[in-house]
Amino acid sequence: MSKAMLYDSTLCIGCRACESACSEKWGLPYDDRIAAEERLSAHKLTTVKTHGERFSRRLCMHCAEPGCVSVCPVGALQKTAAGPVVYDADKCIGCRYCLLACPFGTPSYEWNSTQPRVRKCDFCADRQRAGKPTACSEACPTQATISGERDAMLAEAKRRMAEKPGEYYPRIYGLEEVGGTSVFFLSAVPFEQLGLNTQLPDEPLPGLTWAAQSKIPSVASAGAVLLSGVYWITHRREEVRKQEGGEKS
Amino acid sequence: MSTLARRRSAFWTVVFGILAVAGIYGVVLRFTQGLGSSTNLSDKFPWGLWIGFDVMCGVGLAAGGFMMVATVHIFNLKRYKPVLRPAILTAFLGYLLVIAALLLDLGRPERIWHALIMWNPHSVMFEVAWCVMLYTAVLALEFVPAVFEKLGGEAPLRWLRAITVPLVILGVILSTLHQASIGSLYLIVPHKLHPLWYTPLLPVMFFLSAGCVGLAMTIFESWHSSRAFGKQLEVSLLNGLGRALAVLLSVYLALRFTDLAQRHELARILEPGIEAYFFALETALLLLPAVFLFLPSIRRRPGALYACAFMAILGFVTNRLNVSVTGMEAGSGTHYIPKWTEVAVTLGIIAAGFAIFRLAVKRLPIFEPVET
Repeated sequence: MSKAMLYDSTLCIGCRACESACSEKWGLPYDDRIAAEERLSAHKLTTVKTHGERFSRRLCMHCAEPGCVSVCPVGALQKTAAGPVVYDADKCIGCRYCLLACPFGTPSYEWNSTQPRVRKCDFCADRQRAGKPTACSEACPTQATISGERDAMLAEAKRRMAEKPGEYYPRIYGLEEVGGTSVFFLSAVPFEQLGLNTQLPDEPLPGLTWAAQSKIPSVASAGAVLLSGVYWITHRREEVRKQEGGEKS
Repeated sequence: MSTLARRRSAFWTVVFGILAVAGIYGVVLRFTQGLGSSTNLSDKFPWGLWIGFDVMCGVGLAAGGFMMVATVHIFNLKRYKPVLRPAILTAFLGYLLVIAALLLDLGRPERIWHALIMWNPHSVMFEVAWCVMLYTAVLALEFVPAVFEKLGGEAPLRWLRAITVPLVILGVILSTLHQASIGSLYLIVPHKLHPLWYTPLLPVMFFLSAGCVGLAMTIFESWHSSRAFGKQLEVSLLNGLGRALAVLLSVYLALRFTDLAQRHELARILEPGIEAYFFALETALLLLPAVFLFLPSIRRRPGALYACAFMAILGFVTNRLNVSVTGMEAGSGTHYIPKWTEVAVTLGIIAAGFAIFRLAVKRLPIFEPVET
């Protein structure tokens, strides 16, 4: 049903074909200088990172319960049923709460524009809808990046790990992190050596906000009752005081 | 006017003029060059001084409005009436300036109205937007009687008096909700905000500390106005505000430390580092006034009372900047120091606040409310 991606760092040769295909898909410039920038930005929506002999990729993780979607005040970011987290630039007011909230540091902002947009990978939602793989996975010459049905991606990850038990760190990154993502990482070494954040909680982040946010209706109604009550008591007391004063005099 | 007073007044006029020019230049840069060249914000640090100070502190510093409205109108403590209108004016101005700052900080300010029709009730920002909007409207209605009294207009005054009670109750609820929500904004970043500040109780902490600074600001502006206009406020009134501030600060600090202890993060205050130092500064600036204000001899001296209130205000500002900047740096993997334009615009906004307050107080019946 839902789409996912498997990135296998042990197969990645750092050729950056994924970067180039992504830039082409988005109509973004791509040259040696941009290739050398190993970080996500408004003009680079996926990047290969070098860690000595090894490589890793960065792109939007398309969380199952995305923080960015939950914080967007105008619903410019949406999680689609098919998996991709998509962005509607026409709704966006530019508050950049999504940049703050993202646990993976994914979204970028067009800081130098006077009509800026948020930029991030959209999982090639259009291609995936048409039954095609993402541009980056299609471009990958070594099967280090593949995309398809979520179940198939997980099965493939487990198959690879079972086939060569010694070559993989025995975990799949993205399975548990912040409630699970749509991008899974395999690696020969612990994930923090690929610069991935392994300290993230397993529970989805939006729940932390909702725990407070969902109390608003009860706080508001209890507040209204309480304040009206206090108002009535304090003013009634004054009335009584006045009346008693009146009787005495 | 004496020569000294005239010189002082000229000095402040020049200072305000410089701040205004620098601030306006910063605003021009912001709108012609974009946020990239007018701020030190980045993908890693998307919220800086304009959110951390102008918005988060601005909203808090305006809390005197709802505190005093609740005190006078709901708790019916009429002796606090002399500080009610100045507090409402401060709050109204504060919210207008917060909205101005927000328009500067938003990437697409011309779309601010989107929150009206494109809803996401899961977003704290959505709720803050609605509360700020509605509460600014409430404050406008709480403030306009002063204008009508000046210009005359019995009909609107009668009409406003009729809706006072529901209006003030609505206002207090809206303030409570979004003072708390400013804290809730950070509930989504447990992985970024330092544990000295991140707690599920952030909304409660923000609400209580806003209550403290609301009282402190009321003392602060009373003192300034009494100096500027030669009107002395009753000692008993200031005494009461000072005592309330001491109690509220103590409640806040007690909860703050209980929460740290319960989360087993108390030891972090001894871990050397920028976070512990700034936590110590924040705590000292709130603890000292809490202790001093329990002493009647301090509360009776306007100067000392003012110093305590000012310290509490600084402690509050330090707390908000610690949440938005100090506590976020390590988790964001970067350092943030505001660019001069960010500082210039912020100072310009503060200067505008002082100037408009002064003008309003001169022209409108703020410090001599008509009996109703």
